[in-house]
Amino acid sequence: MRNPRRTEKIAFFFLFLATALIVLPVGLIVVSIVRKGLPAISWQFLTDIPREGMRGGGILPAIVGTLYLVLGAIVFALPIGLFAAIYLSEYAKDNVLTRIIKLAIVNLAGVPSVVYGLFGLALFVVFFRFGASILSGSLTLGIMVLPIIITASREALESVPQAFREVSLSLGASKWQTIRHVVLPNGISGILTGTILGLGRAAGETAPILFTVAAFYHPQLPRSIFDQAMALPYHLYVISTQVPNVGDKMRYGTALVLLGLVLIMNSVALVVRFRFRKRHRW
Amino acid sequence: MRRLKEFVLQKIVLLCGVASILFVALIFLFLVKEGLNVFKAVSPSHFLLGRSWYPISEPAQFGILPLILGSLLVTAGATVISVAIGVACAVYIAEVARPAVRETLKVGIELLAAIPSIVLGFIGMVTLVPWVKKIFHLPTGLTALSGSIMLAFMAMPTIVSIAEDALHAVPRSYKEGAYALGATRWQTIHRVILRAASPGIAAAVMLGIGRVIGETMAVMMITGNAAVIPHGILQPVRTLTATIAGEMGEAAVGSEHYYALFAIGTLLFVISFGINVTADLLLHKRRS
Repeated sequence: MRNPRRTEKIAFFFLFLATALIVLPVGLIVVSIVRKGLPAISWQFLTDIPREGMRGGGILPAIVGTLYLVLGAIVFALPIGLFAAIYLSEYAKDNVLTRIIKLAIVNLAGVPSVVYGLFGLALFVVFFRFGASILSGSLTLGIMVLPIIITASREALESVPQAFREVSLSLGASKWQTIRHVVLPNGISGILTGTILGLGRAAGETAPILFTVAAFYHPQLPRSIFDQAMALPYHLYVISTQVPNVGDKMRYGTALVLLGLVLIMNSVALVVRFRFRKRHRW
Repeated sequence: MRRLKEFVLQKIVLLCGVASILFVALIFLFLVKEGLNVFKAVSPSHFLLGRSWYPISEPAQFGILPLILGSLLVTAGATVISVAIGVACAVYIAEVARPAVRETLKVGIELLAAIPSIVLGFIGMVTLVPWVKKIFHLPTGLTALSGSIMLAFMAMPTIVSIAEDALHAVPRSYKEGAYALGATRWQTIHRVILRAASPGIAAAVMLGIGRVIGETMAVMMITGNAAVIPHGILQPVRTLTATIAGEMGEAAVGSEHYYALFAIGTLLFVISFGINVTADLLLHKRRS
């Protein structure tokens, strides 16, 4: 007869092995990018324009471009996302409309990134005649991160206890006053977490900006929202596949700056969430 | 006055609430509006089943069968790898690991989800591709297999986190009942918990597949981009997504090529829509 204890040990070993197969490569990837990218990082690398056909110099225009894009995306997506979350958490009834809205959010989150790129090209670049510009890119990225912001904010607002709202309403506050002065302040950490995660996602995506804003080589800082701009992820793509003979140092350095930017945002989100959990125990 | 303010705010909030529906509709509308134009140049059956994709030769040929097969091949490979490992990892995190280990592993998985696809593509290009070339003695390591391995990694955070949620949602009483009958932890896991969580796990797998089909940059960098009908997993292939990303830059707005790429985008949108709706139904079934 088979020994169930031994079977369990073997099974758990394989489960552990599967977990290690995911976690170890992640660690290796991060470590190797940091190790090979760190020597490239210097003041000059971060503040100079690309030189020698992008084989030397720095990546400042790409960093600035990405910051503009991310900022633009959030300015567009945060108000809409937050209001949408307020609607779902405070106003929506359990009806067909709510069901369709939730389904739309799920679908928005699942649309392939390159399809966002096509959409941005057709709507913003061509139809609205914004051209390939920071405006088109920001709007495209903004719609892409919308579901992240809505979902996180909604969870945050829904986790505020019902009793808080009842007390506020019983004191004579209107529905909106209750939301503005009771629900929002108590859900702010979750909203912040969602927003930062959205920022990180927008900073790292390449496909949506390919045809809406990204410039192959544009060695100056953008002057208006109608300018084209370089961006970190697209720059990494360009120097690792389109331009021959770019040194490892440049490529790993760019990868490290991008990865660092995204991971810092995610760590901040993690810390905000953690502190929130510790502070609030209702 | 106050009532008016409340009323206006309520309408604004409602408007933002339905904005998501509006955006999904807009995306679909603009893809279809541009994509349908391709059928002036090529019939739907030739488009979907045509065996040659030569968009810039004279006369141009817009058959996307090689691209569909390329996407399917890479996705199938990635699914096999990521489902086995991903579900096992979810079980380990949800049922086996101690709480401190569990939190660390979850952070590790979130870390993987946060790495931009272009960075993973770059790492795949400089490490995985040479390995595949060496191990299988191939003329090039830019193959469907390399793409599958890389994409499996990108699907895993989705699969692990959703499957783990599903495992967590299994009522405690099921587990306690199994233990009371003398089952070991493993017996309880694979005969009771996995079975009870199966709709949620199925949803996790579907969303993982959705992630893989839509992935663009990494796949473009490491699958070799040969638009021919693939005969094996060790050959270069080209996916639907990589075709759009790689060619749209050169296609003139309003050309047949431009419309053909939008038609491919429409196909991708329809696939992801189907996957997401099905997964949502599965997750909904679990809750009710």
